[in-house]
Amino acid sequence: MLGEGILKGLAETAKNFAGSFVSKERLTTVEYPEERIAPVEAARVFPFLIYDGSDWEKGMRCVACQICEKECPPKCIYIEKSKDKKPDFVGKPQIYPAKFDIDISVCMSCQICVEVCPFEAIKMDNEFELATDDRFGGLLLDRKQLAKPNEYYHKIHPTEAAAVDAKLAEEKAKAEAKAKADAAAKAKTAADAAAKAASAPKTPEGGTGTPTSEATKPPEPAAKSTPKTEGGD
Amino acid sequence: MVGTLDQIFVLLKHWIVGLLPPVLQPVVGVLLSVVAIIATFPALFALTTVIERKGLGRIQNRIGPNRTGPLGILQPVADGIKSLTKEDIVPLNADAAVHFLAPLVLVVAVFLEFAVLPMGRNMVLVDMDAGLLFFFAIGASTELSIFMAGWSSRNKYSLLGAMRAVAQMISYEVPLLISSVAVVMITGSLSLVKIVDAQNQYTWGLPHWYIFTPWGCAAFVMYAVAATAETNRSPFDLPEGESELVAGYFTEYSGFKFALFFLGEYLGMFAISGLGTALFLGGWSAPFSFLQFVPSWIWFFGKVMLSICVMIWVRGTLPRMRQDQLMNFAWKFVIPFTLLNLVNVVVWRFMGEGWARWIVCSAIVVVAYVAMARIGMRSKKIAPRSYRYAE
Repeated sequence: MLGEGILKGLAETAKNFAGSFVSKERLTTVEYPEERIAPVEAARVFPFLIYDGSDWEKGMRCVACQICEKECPPKCIYIEKSKDKKPDFVGKPQIYPAKFDIDISVCMSCQICVEVCPFEAIKMDNEFELATDDRFGGLLLDRKQLAKPNEYYHKIHPTEAAAVDAKLAEEKAKAEAKAKADAAAKAKTAADAAAKAASAPKTPEGGTGTPTSEATKPPEPAAKSTPKTEGGD
Repeated sequence: MVGTLDQIFVLLKHWIVGLLPPVLQPVVGVLLSVVAIIATFPALFALTTVIERKGLGRIQNRIGPNRTGPLGILQPVADGIKSLTKEDIVPLNADAAVHFLAPLVLVVAVFLEFAVLPMGRNMVLVDMDAGLLFFFAIGASTELSIFMAGWSSRNKYSLLGAMRAVAQMISYEVPLLISSVAVVMITGSLSLVKIVDAQNQYTWGLPHWYIFTPWGCAAFVMYAVAATAETNRSPFDLPEGESELVAGYFTEYSGFKFALFFLGEYLGMFAISGLGTALFLGGWSAPFSFLQFVPSWIWFFGKVMLSICVMIWVRGTLPRMRQDQLMNFAWKFVIPFTLLNLVNVVVWRFMGEGWARWIVCSAIVVVAYVAMARIGMRSKKIAPRSYRYAE
């Protein structure tokens, strides 16, 4: 019948109209500034720098190796290295970024900096309300603005942060074990040297040459286990 | 029955006019009515834009504007300020004079239509003997302004929109007129005041509105279809189909001129709803005799706003028609049906009082509708759509 479809359609829209006042499921709008949906865990916007502990300057994981700066496709990262050194999470003295700027008007949120960082120092944030009325200064974030505590990282990406923490803890344990082994080896070499010094006339013998060369070996891998310094240089 | 509240605007006008010297009285009396019309309908327009946006939002399960003022009721103020402060751009190749005049011609013509509408008991600016004729004569000049806008913009979208608009408005003007003629044939007058008076009678508490007669109901439905097309409302909004024509004939307008077109369009809706109200819905008369104590102007504006709400509802429901569907519908269905309805009116008029004419006329309407729909649908193959390449 002509017009039947129109009446059906009118009934449908009337149902929607009335239903949107009654049923909450129909009205799916989230009135954004007042109401918010928590972002999904995988959400990422722009990178930020992680620091451990409470002091952002002291605890910053970044060692200014500049890998991210080199890898960044749109070249939105600018790093200046420090002249002095400060201890990193393992306790090893490292240089740190005297200047670390990210221009988020250039950043394309590709996450490559996060992937290349060997120190787990740069991660993706999910903060998206970054609108500003100064499009140059307001969108150029310096290291103070970028620095956020590890707890914040745990809050926004819990599973990822847990994995990172486990990895770092393992690394630290390994480094500590190695340091202990080094110390032991050093002590041993010292003892050997002392013993050697004590049995000085025996020196020309070839049998004792090998232990010394073995003893000199361990410190070298210890330095290598932190290629950070080499990469940083 | 005729209370003070009912006549409050008339009394107010007489009181103001009475304060002036007799020489000025006629002029000031007319001016006051004109000012009242010019103040009332744009205010209603502002209200309607909110209702439309909120209503369409609800139909689509959205909330609609709610940021400006409580529940978004200050939205038209924001829109007005925005359109007033926007840059007024005239294209380099446009015919500047015609481009400037087009929105003015539209708004002036539409405002003139309100002159003959009875908006309440004794509330009409000019009680013209040929009021209906005047209304349609002025209404036809809106086509002129639309074509002026489209032609002077020197833009292909504007011109296409204007040509569609003119083709559509001329096609639908015919059924609009013919369905109104049915009322004139029964009432025997072209004066809208007399037409409303003829409907302001009650039997068993029910009014003698023309929509409650078989011929009147049919004429009203056809009038509503034609009126929707005449005001370029969805589903007949081809002239401003934004998916194909940017904004149709007012593509090249910005700022306040755009707002004037918008205003003209809505005023056209009010005017045509007001006319429909006067012709078929009993104008300012109450729907039940016991409700006659409510002021007449409340009934008139209530009915107009109700019609507008139905138009919004239809807009939220139906998709836009295709040009050939539009023309087929006008010339193959609406016009023949309204012409047949004229015969029906003649039958009604000459069968005299009694139950017989109700049965005969209802039968004519139903049979004509079913037969014409069958004939019209015969060539259409209505089946689930099949896709050749998709799927």
